Amino acid sequence: MKKKSRNSNTVLLFITIALFVVMYAVGCIVYKDKGFTHLQTFLNILINNSGLLCVACGMTCVMLTGGIDISVGSLIALDCMLLAVGMEQVGIHPVLMCLIVLAIGILFGAVQGFFVGYLGIQPFIVTMAGMFFARGMTAVISTAQLSINKATFFVNMANIKLEVPFGIGAYTNRKGKLQVPYIRLHVVIALLVLLVIFLVLRYTKFGRNLYAVGGNEVSAAMMGLNVKKTKMQAYILASFLCSIGGICYCMNAMAASVTQATGFEMDAIASSVIGGTLLTGGVGNVIGSFFGVLITGTISTLVKTNGKLLSSWSSIAVAALLCFFIVLQSVFALMKKRAK
Amino acid sequence: MSKLKKLTGRTLFLPIFCMLLVMCANIIYDAACGNFALNFFTISIQNGVLYGRLIDILNRGSEIAILAVGMTLVVSASAGTDISVGSVMSLAASFCCMLLAGFGVSSTNELQMPLIVGLLAGVLMGCLCGTFNGFLVAYLDIQPMVATLILYSAARAIGLLLCNNLIVYIRNDSYAVLGKFIGPVPTPILVAAACVIIALIVLKKTALGLYIQSVGINKRASRIAGLNSRKIILMCYIVCGLCAGIAGLVNSSRITSADSNNIGLSYELDAILAVALGGNSLGGGKFNLIGSIIGAYTIQAITTTLLAVGVSTDVAPVYKAIIVIIIVAVQAPAVKDYFSRQSAKRAAAKARG
Repeated sequence: MKKKSRNSNTVLLFITIALFVVMYAVGCIVYKDKGFTHLQTFLNILINNSGLLCVACGMTCVMLTGGIDISVGSLIALDCMLLAVGMEQVGIHPVLMCLIVLAIGILFGAVQGFFVGYLGIQPFIVTMAGMFFARGMTAVISTAQLSINKATFFVNMANIKLEVPFGIGAYTNRKGKLQVPYIRLHVVIALLVLLVIFLVLRYTKFGRNLYAVGGNEVSAAMMGLNVKKTKMQAYILASFLCSIGGICYCMNAMAASVTQATGFEMDAIASSVIGGTLLTGGVGNVIGSFFGVLITGTISTLVKTNGKLLSSWSSIAVAALLCFFIVLQSVFALMKKRAK
Repeated sequence: MSKLKKLTGRTLFLPIFCMLLVMCANIIYDAACGNFALNFFTISIQNGVLYGRLIDILNRGSEIAILAVGMTLVVSASAGTDISVGSVMSLAASFCCMLLAGFGVSSTNELQMPLIVGLLAGVLMGCLCGTFNGFLVAYLDIQPMVATLILYSAARAIGLLLCNNLIVYIRNDSYAVLGKFIGPVPTPILVAAACVIIALIVLKKTALGLYIQSVGINKRASRIAGLNSRKIILMCYIVCGLCAGIAGLVNSSRITSADSNNIGLSYELDAILAVALGGNSLGGGKFNLIGSIIGAYTIQAITTTLLAVGVSTDVAPVYKAIIVIIIVAVQAPAVKDYFSRQSAKRAAAKARG
């Protein structure tokens, strides 16, 4: 029985990876003359979605316990606004400001986790209130469109170009200049987060607790796990990772506004679900979420490369993919039930 | 003590209590500002239409009241909320305006087709969205909020596509009829009243209300008892979509345009808050439609009061989010247990003493 359940999950992961490869290959063929085949295009997907990657890791952890967190988009807007106002207008040192943002993330997660874990309120309601709260607080701080350019340390960190060694994928552009593909510092941060969460989920007690709680809450409690505490920890972790994601996002966007990152929660949830995390909890993996992020990133890159399509097409495509994978999951679940 | 308990135990206690609280806050604020203390309640006729803050609340709260009807049924039957209502409002309005103005036209004085066709199409679009949500929830057993999350982001985007990324203005008096006045009375109030009355009659005079509650309390048991649970849940979502469609048309008619990015923005929070304020449990089961409606107008009263005090529209959701969390936390079983244990302890101490 165990072998069988693992099978259907690996099937989901394979579908995801295959989808990504097919999508990217189609992009390479159709937009060959627009530079889609360069290595830099792929690295740009990582650069533009480093924040999403961090958030998707956190979302996966929460979804493993059977919950969900839709406050992430607003929390990112709040983080960016705090960073912008703190560094530009108040003049606090960027490192201190980043620490403050991370602390706020932990606090935010702790409050949400308390309501979900200890008071037993539906995660959707709690995090939806959190979503509107964070968006409103962003407006309380400032309603202006701010850009970050005075905080030199932060700007320098964001502008670091880490070039690919040995000139792999280097090409000469139209002006005859050699272009070496590069990534930014925040991509490294995001990939580190991915690695750490992967190891935590696989090898630590806390990671196994998350799977146990999501798999069956009652039996986890009977086994002697502290279900309430584990849930609360999951939300704290999610909001903490979301704050890291907020810093990455800010390093990429270098701007803050109230309407920033609207619909981000949708991308994060879609990435996790596409990556094979079950909405009912207990099954999932951050490697899958990584491919989910790549897929959502590829979709928006395809829409942008086309140039003629409206930007709303990318959110429609992501929503359609999410719908497809949710239906797929539910069909798998029904088949499993029949097999019993 | 027991009298107080009886009072707080009433189903309509919470919404009416909140309403009174908001009114008191208004009276105190008016008095503190040096205005006439009962400013809130004065209704006069200016330029041939009713005028006053109370009328304004009734008028502006119409959309929330209409949404609350559908949301109450959805919450009751499926123990989950429909978070796509705001986006569906926007989609219905965009579709209607697109049909009336023609695709890609940003501003028009002439209607391309009869008004009624456009309005019906908008409402039908709402029903279609509701059917999609309902199918996912009822027949594929997907959690309601995840299922509606798809349309939460997609519906607004589809609306933008239909309007070709433009704000479509319909400068024709016949389109404004839903959002303006009939005689001295604002039309939205009449539309909301009609929706509520029809829903109430259907729920009271047929067994439908009972069916919905029984499905919400126990899906499997009601299926064994002979109810088609899936069909009833699907129907609730269709009604919710229908309500969202009507609310979207009313909202679009107020501004005689389809602004896809802004119509129905954060209305889902208001609608859910209305249901929670109405004393309904968000865990499904029994519902009280009147409570939700009172809740809806209370929300609008809170919004209007906040705006009157000088809080900006961007910041208002902070207060609403806090209110919704407090209400839901008070209803949470863990908190209820805590309070009942406390009162039991007190009773025991009294018995001993």
